[in-house]
Amino acid sequence: MLELRNLKKSFGPLEVLRGVDLTVNRGDVAVILGPSGSGKTTLLRCVNFLENADGGELTFDGETFRLGRVSRRDAARLRKKTAFVFQSYNLFLNKTALENVTEGLVVARKIPRGEAERMGRRALDKVGLSDRMGHFPSQLSGGQQQRVAIARAIAAQPEIIYFDEPTSALDPELTGEVLSVMRQLAGEGMTMLVVTHELGFARTVSSQVVFMEDGLVVEAGPTRELFEHPREERTRAFLQTGGGAG
Amino acid sequence: MDERLLHIILDAFPKILIPGLTVTIPLTAIAFALAMVIAVAAALVQFARVPVLTQLCRLYIWVFRGTPLLVQLFVVFYGLPRAGITLAPFPAAVIVFSLNEGAYCAETVRAALEAVPAGQLEAGYCAGMSYLQTMRRIILPQAMRTAFPSLSNSLIAMVKDTSLASNITVVEMFRATEQINATVYEPLVLYIEVGLIYLLFSTVLTWLQRLGERRLSAYQSKGV
Repeated sequence: MLELRNLKKSFGPLEVLRGVDLTVNRGDVAVILGPSGSGKTTLLRCVNFLENADGGELTFDGETFRLGRVSRRDAARLRKKTAFVFQSYNLFLNKTALENVTEGLVVARKIPRGEAERMGRRALDKVGLSDRMGHFPSQLSGGQQQRVAIARAIAAQPEIIYFDEPTSALDPELTGEVLSVMRQLAGEGMTMLVVTHELGFARTVSSQVVFMEDGLVVEAGPTRELFEHPREERTRAFLQTGGGAG
Repeated sequence: MDERLLHIILDAFPKILIPGLTVTIPLTAIAFALAMVIAVAAALVQFARVPVLTQLCRLYIWVFRGTPLLVQLFVVFYGLPRAGITLAPFPAAVIVFSLNEGAYCAETVRAALEAVPAGQLEAGYCAGMSYLQTMRRIILPQAMRTAFPSLSNSLIAMVKDTSLASNITVVEMFRATEQINATVYEPLVLYIEVGLIYLLFSTVLTWLQRLGERRLSAYQSKGV
């Protein structure tokens, strides 16, 4: 469903992605692991055109695009099939929880407001926030904000959800509520591509793991195989040190 | 206080207040509304770094912030007729005040736009919204909230600045006062009187500002 070939991206002289290949099939929960600075977040941002990649190919739903030459229109069209959950939540600060969820439905997808609100309530209900619909982001805890962001992501019924370190900005006692919502989504068959430092989550929830370092994929494969029999020395070292959170 | 003076003060009050309500306030309201349109447009152009238009906006702001308001009024009202453009006093004042105020407020709005976290625009994109949709519904409302106190400040300053329009024969509060003074010659009490009426107008606006800020701040409150 999502396939990347030879994705490259530099910031000035700094080569952040040096030719990354990646495949996510429908229903996969793919996790990208790797030390800080390995290019994981940049990869995810390139996939949703938040960064302009320098080169490579992206195939989505059988349609292939040359990265770095994707028109605004195509980018907007593809984004309507996907959703993105940010590390820093990025909820619309001037909108309530419910409005955060309905905004994209009404404005971008032209769904009538009544129907959008029904969808919004259902999504917030699913993440356990039906009692916080009228709250503004500033009135919610970090964990609640991230769950609203997940509700915003699922309400649009995307084909895939990208998660960029969704628990990294949270206090440890709040990560659980976010991870459990993600676990629930995975159980329902949602296709997900997750950049994370949570090895426990990767091990128990994901179906595929991609291990990256220095802008390259070191090793990729089914979760169990990669955790139990890593082929590469670097992967083994990373898993043993617990991912060196950060 | 002798009776004559009291009589002059009371007699002058409606004669000053009425031009205040019929000229000073409409001039301020119309010019400020136009200034807001100019300011938001110029700020958006610069924020989006639209080529050519950005440079034109910079030029406009440079000129109107860098020259005295009084000079601008004179150029438009007394100068432009030489170039074949003759304007009545009130429209001339509206044009100058809105362009002058627009230049200052454009900078206020631009700074407020830049203060909105970059993640807000990205979140808009990821929700499938276009640049313009995200600007209109997410970024601009947040920026206007940030800019609100400064813009209110500019509005209050403008109410008082409209007294300069007296120099191009607009009969607003100050010129009305001058005309009364010309017949009775009591400059101390009359100019203090008009000053107090300006103070009254500014005070009302300050209240409105506080009221507006309270309404707008709903989403910024801390705690539940």
